[in-house]
Amino acid sequence: MSEAGTMKRSSALLLIGPTVLIIGVFMVLPLVIAVAYSFLTAGPYGGVQQPPTLDAYVQLLFQRDFDNTLVFSPSYIWIVLRSISIALATTLVSLALGLPVAWYIVCQTPERRRMLLFLVTLPFWINTLIRTYCWILILRDEGLANNLLRTMGAITQPLPLLYNDGAILLGMIYTFLPFMVLPIYATLERVDPRLIEAAYDLYANRWAVARRVIWPLAKPGALAGASLVFAPALGSFLTPDLLGGGKKLLIGSLIQMQFTSSRNWPFGAAVATVVTIAILIGFALRARQTARALP
Amino acid sequence: MIEIEAVSKSFPVKGGKDIDALRSVSVSIGDSEFFTLLGPSGCGKTTLLRLIAGFEAPTAGQIKLDGKDVAALPPQKRPVNTVFQSYALFPHMNVAGNVAFGLEMLGVPKAEIGRRVRDALDMVKLSDFGGRMPAQLSGGQQQRVALARALAPKPRVLLLDEPLSALDLKLRKQMQSELKRLQGETGIAFVLVTHDQEEALAMSDRIAVMRDGTILQVGGPRDIYDNPATTFVADFIGESNLVPGASIGRASTITVSVRPENVSVAAAAGGLTGTLAAVTYLGLDTVYDATLKDGTRIRSRSRDASTALKAGDPVTVSWPASAERELAT
Repeated sequence: MSEAGTMKRSSALLLIGPTVLIIGVFMVLPLVIAVAYSFLTAGPYGGVQQPPTLDAYVQLLFQRDFDNTLVFSPSYIWIVLRSISIALATTLVSLALGLPVAWYIVCQTPERRRMLLFLVTLPFWINTLIRTYCWILILRDEGLANNLLRTMGAITQPLPLLYNDGAILLGMIYTFLPFMVLPIYATLERVDPRLIEAAYDLYANRWAVARRVIWPLAKPGALAGASLVFAPALGSFLTPDLLGGGKKLLIGSLIQMQFTSSRNWPFGAAVATVVTIAILIGFALRARQTARALP
Repeated sequence: MIEIEAVSKSFPVKGGKDIDALRSVSVSIGDSEFFTLLGPSGCGKTTLLRLIAGFEAPTAGQIKLDGKDVAALPPQKRPVNTVFQSYALFPHMNVAGNVAFGLEMLGVPKAEIGRRVRDALDMVKLSDFGGRMPAQLSGGQQQRVALARALAPKPRVLLLDEPLSALDLKLRKQMQSELKRLQGETGIAFVLVTHDQEEALAMSDRIAVMRDGTILQVGGPRDIYDNPATTFVADFIGESNLVPGASIGRASTITVSVRPENVSVAAAAGGLTGTLAAVTYLGLDTVYDATLKDGTRIRSRSRDASTALKAGDPVTVSWPASAERELAT
């Protein structure tokens, strides 16, 4: 190899070095540790110990009977499916709300846009725990919502607003909506307003403009937003625990429990690994689809 | 066919006075006419175009299309299509999809859409480009797609907002004759907005010269060039000597406008005399700049480069009376 080539190679390494280091330390390493732990034996007081075993993955699908035979048990599968459906519902509702909100903001004057974007990101400035407790104050039997409805005479008995799937969904949408609005906004902001005028000029009505022009152009942002909402929604445990009352388990809570009260780190790691792989497969499919859509 | 009657448009300015983009403009544009709105930037020509398209509503006045007031109609309800300065092609649709869009919105049957898209692409000589995406086209090709897209629905009027300004000179000349040909073939009225007087003269049946939200003069290219109504028009269209009446012994309330090609310069022999300030050889023409005694500059443009005159020579400047126009100052 020529000297110039060597120079190039070493300077290239130097340039991408920091990126590789950051990705390695903050993203790859924790994943490798999680995968490694999932193949070990649980320590009696938490932690992991030798020897390596597949017990954690067996536990996901089977229950060990008293006579030590394995019986298929779908309970964890149900937890996974329930978690996926709640995360999916969160994503879809966030999309349905986020798209018009983002479009509305794009249509404002620059000063109003800045103001509205600030309002969208405002919840980030308050601790998640405090925000979630605020929802408890609003939704509980003697809370703001029920009191308001009662003074209006709409109800006599308080509605059961808290500690159910609806409350979980509400809390999750509230938490993750900004992650949907911001990428869609970023995409739509770059859209030439002349395109909208051109569509109207070519006899499109409002609905056709939204469906044929705005939506296709917003799609990349919507897909980014969907990923940003779905992934953390699937793993979240704080909101479902507090607003769902911990009555039904979701994946996030299941994993978290394994590392705290249940002291079964390998099982927690195994669940986390399975969820991560599932999400990565989803992303890979999407990436392939996007790649195919490009000319 | 289009009648603009006393149309005004002002835009509110936050914490300031409204901007009057158009002040009581009236003009009528005929069927299958190539009509040009010409003026410097900020004269209101684009605002007038957007009012005809329906993107803006007039503050006062009427816009009539075939006798009906359309000022309150949104753009999708007007038989008018626009070619935008930036082309505004839908980036997520291919060329055929772009051209078909207006036809689909009008509810034209599928089979007919296919045929009319092909016709429109044939017309702009892009028959084989239907499957391309806009990003894969050159600027000139995008321009043609924008034209095909706007012509496919067969509008009553085609509006063109500085459509050639983004093209290089050679392509611009080519597109000028192309536009002229398309207008003749389709018989659709074209309303063109431009700040390029040469373009306006080359293409238009009639030109409206605009300034500060008003129309100064409407007429055919020849008429506007030969008989400018104001000093602004005389100066903006082509090149003009604007000679103050006082400096050539006439009333001080008038300005005399005379085109450089009508001015002759000769060795001093009485009459209007001055000094030759510069002689510039331009190949085909030679430009002589003379300075009169009171400092007024007069330019002569001549095919004849054989005169022995040079800078500093005393000269006599003259022009035939038929070539001059007296304008109010």
